[in-house]
Formats: sequence, C-alpha cells, structure tokens
Amino acid sequence: MSRLKTLVRHQNGVQPLRGGHSLCQGCGIPMVVRTVLSTIDRPTVVVNATGCLEVATTRYPTTAWTVPWLHVAFENAAAVASGVECAQRALRRRHALPSEEEVAVVVFAGDGGTYDIGLQALSGALERGHRFLFVCYDNEAYMNTGIQRSGATPFAASTTTSPAGLESFGKAQRRKDMTAIAVAHHVPYVAQAAAVHWHDLSRKVELAATADGPAFLNVLTDCPLGWGHEPRLSARVLNAAVNTLFWPLYEVLDGGYRLTYIPEPPEPIESWLGLQARFAHLLTDENRALVEEIQRQVNADWDELVARCSADAPAG
Amino acid sequence: MTPLLLTGGEAVAHAMRQIDPDVVPVYPITPQTPIIQGFAKFVADGRAHAELVNVESEHSAMSAAIGSALAGARTMTATSSQGLALMAEVVYIAASMRAPIVMALGNRALSGPINIHCDHSDSMLIRDSGVVQLFAENAQEAYDLTVLAPRVAEHPDVLLPVLVCLDGFTITHSAEPVQLLADGDVAAFVGTYTLAHRVLDVAHPATQGPFAMPDYYYEFRRQQSAAVEAAGRVLDGLADGFERLSGRRYGPVEAYRLDGAERVIVALGSTAGTVKDVVDELREEGEAVGVLKIVSYRPFPSELVRGLLADIASVIVLDRADSPGGAAPLQAELAATLYGSAAELHGHVYGLGGRDLHPRDVREIFAQHAPRYVSVRGEPCPV
Repeated sequence: MSRLKTLVRHQNGVQPLRGGHSLCQGCGIPMVVRTVLSTIDRPTVVVNATGCLEVATTRYPTTAWTVPWLHVAFENAAAVASGVECAQRALRRRHALPSEEEVAVVVFAGDGGTYDIGLQALSGALERGHRFLFVCYDNEAYMNTGIQRSGATPFAASTTTSPAGLESFGKAQRRKDMTAIAVAHHVPYVAQAAAVHWHDLSRKVELAATADGPAFLNVLTDCPLGWGHEPRLSARVLNAAVNTLFWPLYEVLDGGYRLTYIPEPPEPIESWLGLQARFAHLLTDENRALVEEIQRQVNADWDELVARCSADAPAG
Repeated sequence: MTPLLLTGGEAVAHAMRQIDPDVVPVYPITPQTPIIQGFAKFVADGRAHAELVNVESEHSAMSAAIGSALAGARTMTATSSQGLALMAEVVYIAASMRAPIVMALGNRALSGPINIHCDHSDSMLIRDSGVVQLFAENAQEAYDLTVLAPRVAEHPDVLLPVLVCLDGFTITHSAEPVQLLADGDVAAFVGTYTLAHRVLDVAHPATQGPFAMPDYYYEFRRQQSAAVEAAGRVLDGLADGFERLSGRRYGPVEAYRLDGAERVIVALGSTAGTVKDVVDELREEGEAVGVLKIVSYRPFPSELVRGLLADIASVIVLDRADSPGGAAPLQAELAATLYGSAAELHGHVYGLGGRDLHPRDVREIFAQHAPRYVSVRGEPCPV
C-alpha cells in the first residue's frame, strides 16, 4: 500500500498512541509518534526510554498505547530493543511466533535518552547492526524533569541549569551533532526531520523502517513549556527552525547525503530566536554579538552540510 | 557418563549449551569470562544455537536480556563484580518486570581497590533487588544449579531472574571432575520456554514497564516479594525430579554433620567445602561440630534454618562480605532467623578480595580464637 494511503488508514483507525494521555497542550511528541507509527505498514513493537512520553502515556493502570510497548529505564532503550530484535530472530528460527510477518522494532527517546545518558547503548546497538528504528524526539533539554540543559541544548539557550543571568548568557557550549554521530556508525539510514514537516518525516520513516539494519531519525520536537512559546505556535516555531537553517532537513542513505528541503531564501536566525522565551535575553543591544555568533555557526554548519551533499551528488 | 575434568566456568558453559537458550547477551569481565567464551565457542561450532549479542556494557547486557526475555526468548547471561554493580539498576527492573533471566555470577570483590578475586560483596550489593540467588560449593554444583535455574526462573509463580553464584577463581577457574547429564535429559528437564505476555505477540498488545505512582507501586513490590518466596517452594518441588535424573539432590540448604553438633558454622559457596573437611577432622578428634551451607541465599529459608539450628549451642556465621558500620549480611540474616532462640551467635568476616581461608583458620574459628576479621594484617585496626 502506498505510504499516504497507509497514513490515512492508520489515522482513521485505532491510533497506536491514543488520546487521554497527559502530554502538554502543544507538545510535539504525539505528532512525531503518530506520524512515525502511522507510516509503518506492519506490526510494530515500541520501546520507550524514560521521559515525557513514557510518563505521560502509561500511568498505571491506564495506558494510551494500543501496540506492544516496553519501557525499562532511561539510558538503555537501544539495548532493550537489541534484545527484542534478537528474540525475534531466535523465535522466528524455531517457528515460535504466531505470524511470519517481521515485527518492526521502534524506539522513542528524548534528547537526554539519546545524546547524553542513552548514547552508549545507542552507539552499541548501531554498531551491532540490529534491525530497528531509533527515533529521537529532540526538544533540546530535559523537559520531563523541568527544563535542564542537555547535550542537545543550543548555544546561549536559557534552561533551569544553564540560566541566563547577570553573569551568564545561558548555555555556554554548542549542541552536539547527534545526527553526524549516528552517521559515523555506517548504518544504512540516518535522517534529520522536524515534527511539523510531517510529509518529509513520513517519507523518511518509510525509508528507515525498510532499511536492512539500524536507522536513526533525529526529529526536532517543540516543547512549549521549555522553549517558552504559546502552544498554538508550535508549527510556526518548528517551521522557523527549518527556515532559518537552524535545523536543516536532510538524510544520509548508505552514507550519501541529501538535503530534503531547502528554504528559499533562508530567514535570519532572529526569526527562530525571537519566538521563544529561552532566547529572549539574547535580543538586546548588549547581546547583539551573541546573535551574530549564532548566525555564523548556523551558516558554517549549513555550508558544511551542503558541501557533504554536493560531494555525494552524481558527477556532471 | 564418565565425569569430565572441567573448571566451574566450563561446566556452566556446558549447562548453557545443553539448555540451548534463544538469546545470550554477553560482556566480558573476569572471572566469569570463561563462561561466555566457552558458550560462544559452542555457538560458533553449531553445538548451541543462541543469538549471541556482544553488547557494549553489562548495563546493556541486562537491558538486552530484559527485552529478549519479555519478548518471549529464553535468555541467559553471566557477569561478576563491577559488571553486576554497573547492571544493578537494571537487575532491580528485571525483577520488577518479572523477566525470567538466568545469570551466572562469578563472585568477585567490588572495587576499590580494584581486585579480580573472590568475595561475595557483588551478590550482597543486589541482595534486595528481588532476584533469586543460589550459591554453588564447587563446579558440579555450579553445573547442576544452572540446569535447575530455568525451571525456577520460568515457573509461572516465580518469573524472576535467577543467579547461579560461583566463587570467582576458586570455582570458575579450578578444574574438578564434573558429571554432566545427557544433552537430551537436560533439554527434556528444562522444556520449552513459554511466556504468557510476550512483547512480540502483536495480536495481544500489552504495556510493560509503566509508570506506577503511590496508588500502585507498593502492590507491584509486594507481588514481587511473594514471587521470591515462591521460588523456594519451586526449588523444593524440583528436588525429586532432579535427583532421579542425576542422583544428586538440591535443597535450599545442605546440613552437614549437624547430628549432635554443639558448634555450627554457617557459610555460603566454596568455603563450605573447606569447613566440611575441617568438620570431618574435628569430629575424628571428638568435637561436636557441623556446617550449614546456605544454597538459596534469596529466598532465605529462615524457617528451615531455624529448625535445623534450634538445638545448637553456638552458631558461627562466616561472611565473605562486610557491611561497614553494621552487621555483615549473612550474620544479620542469621540474627533475625534465630531471634528468640537459645543459640549464641558469632560472626566473622573472611576472605575479602580472594584472601584464602585455610583449614587452620577454620579451626581457630571453631575454637573461638579467631578475631572478627579473619586473617587480616594489623588487627586490631588502628583507628
């Protein structure tokens, strides 16, 4: 079945993640989860790292999930998924599963469970080549515990553990490039997406879910509370991330880079910063240099990405 | 069958080959490494058929084991010391999620200082995790308990991780004659692993590992506690069948020469063997001594132990782990068990970091001439 038909069928049927959960108004996570799971056209098992998604969807004795769902701890979702994937292979070999159809194993983890505490288990699982899809819903800080800075928090953002103040402009370091780290594992499919670009995300999920080996999707996901924007502005804020080149949309298929969306022309970085309270302290005359520094970083990262894409483009 | 000359580690690897689990996540650490190496070779030679998952840490080994066991695959692994310490977080969760994983634990001292030799501080670190812990005295017992372990772990009343504890080096690396069972007998004894709620059963989706608040968390923990207690009954229930198969019988304890004994040493693991030898000598010399070996440390068979020690004048507990600032773990267990009985209770810490316990030390202990910390230099320790 075509991807769009699958999406429509799933969106009109029983949702893998149903309503009644307690994620915040305007939170991008359910949008990501539903787009991912509705795109996959076969039975799916979800492995979830500790975080907003887990806490807000499974308060015992209730659950918002209608697909098999497994949570063990914060840092080990990729290792748990490794075990599920190996179990599937072993059980299939001895014909101990009810259906011959391969079950997709999908991990959802936040940026803490991916970039930071979950990095080792993720790296191991990518290196071992398990057939699974790891989806990072990257909202750029530890939102579940109250907006603490993570390795994904952008330079100069104010969080509760990197607050802006008289002697501080927020986080002093740059975010790590987790997508590039995943690419460095030589896995068949890696992509960067944004919750609001659902068509692009869905297309990437289709490629990821059919890859012969591990696939990694890094999906920028808004957090109205942590980013400091009104819930109704989620789409506008995420679009700004993409349109300012702060969060380029691209994919790396078998090592080959390709941009999947090019904003023409790109907007200045202020369009992204200005929508969020976590950057409000930057938009003053005395912090003008910091904004210029962020714009320089964004431009340099973009140029580097474009160079990688051109290097991979067919000759002539 | 002719006995084979095997180390404890090799014997456990043979038990794993015969059980033929579906998934075995492995990560190397001394002194358990011979177990996973031996098993990996069996897989490489087609004599076992597991998915061997070479994970990047013990934390991931136990995490993968949980995923695999709950997905419906029979799952085994092995670790020691720091490896168990690193995976401790997930050992608790494995027990809480009722994942019937069998794990060999090559007992080794915890750092620091770093050390690779035997003591039981690793086992004691996860004492309260809700896993079953069975202690072997020698390579034969390590093998036998590994064969018994899946039946305990996978019993519907239990569904818990079961650890087979074998003293690092003393058992893992010492070659002894070991009587293996026939491959077919082990396969028939352990049967096929079936789990009621398999994650991979997509037709019956379940949410496993949910968030439980004060309104439900306590009930989860209480049920877990009952399951550990049930493991004792399941182990008892297996004794006859295993004895028919092997000629060897396992209970939660082994009482050795308790008849008419006045002084009894209580110990775990290989030390029980040393004490048995000394007991034999002392009995020859006319002394009324015996030894009570604890096989099942968790669940702890309190009623049985209380009954066996009811008429003993002096109970001497040997702990191969310390609890700085408090009673050592086995001594504390015995104190609780014997509370209200007339027995005098003595406790000694011995053998930390692989320090040998010699027969002469055991004699000193029986004679009540040994200090609380046995065979340590510089006692009494300067404050």
